[in-house]
Amino acid sequence: MSAAALPELAGVAWRPRADERSLRRRERLWTLTTVAHAIPFVATAGLLCAISPVLIPVALLALVQAWTIPALYARRGAFVVAPRRRGDAAAERTALGLLGDLVGHDARALHARTGLVLERGRLGVWLVGEAGALLVRGGRGTTSRRVLCWCVRVPAPDLPSSDRIAHLLLALREDEAGFATVANLAFAGARWRVRRRLPRPVREALDVAART
Amino acid sequence: MSRLIRMDSTGHSTLAEWSAADAAAADAAVRAFREQLDQGYYAVVSQGEGHAEQVRELPLDAELVILRRPIAGG
Repeated sequence: MSAAALPELAGVAWRPRADERSLRRRERLWTLTTVAHAIPFVATAGLLCAISPVLIPVALLALVQAWTIPALYARRGAFVVAPRRRGDAAAERTALGLLGDLVGHDARALHARTGLVLERGRLGVWLVGEAGALLVRGGRGTTSRRVLCWCVRVPAPDLPSSDRIAHLLLALREDEAGFATVANLAFAGARWRVRRRLPRPVREALDVAART
Repeated sequence: MSRLIRMDSTGHSTLAEWSAADAAAADAAVRAFREQLDQGYYAVVSQGEGHAEQVRELPLDAELVILRRPIAGG
């Protein structure tokens, strides 16, 4: 990615610039938060079972809570790349042509199948959507990858879908760390957590990013 | 032929086209470029995967200069 700072950083001057270290810290914080949400319910379930077998149904409800709360966070994360409503078909075609010129053949084909554009960066592999981006990080493999879900958009609802992606892609290419600073982190966690909340066609993009 | 385009509701609009040999077209492109920057657009020259450069003066040797709007956290 290029070295010049993203001009949008002026609007979030209070935020420290994102880097490898700050992203790792945020990943760990999200893991701790998830554990903190789950542990009280798991402990409650264990306690209820220990008190009396009659309380097992209530204990099960507590376990459901322990599962559901982190799942809701993951759902919020996955939502950042959910497909949005399409506008005028001619404008969409024109915008798609420009986006196609900006990316390579593989990224173009992946976008046609999933609606996301894959972009390799220093911080990880990005999947850029219309109103957000996923950053896939960690070692290669099926389980070791973590995903950071970023909510970021161009505040112009009249733009065609591919133009919105092109806006984010160009900003990302200008300044990757600046892009991660301007964007709002909606979720960070294991890839499988986000994957199961994504629409089926979009899951392929996440799998490709994890293999990249 | 170089182009200055702006991403907008139509997909994109070509605001100017110029070549090194045509000084008048280049001047018109520079004027259009400054006008758009004054309106709050950012100008970017994409240099392939992973690379793009924001420019504040129209690079006359660039093939394609794209005008984009500012992005924001959602």
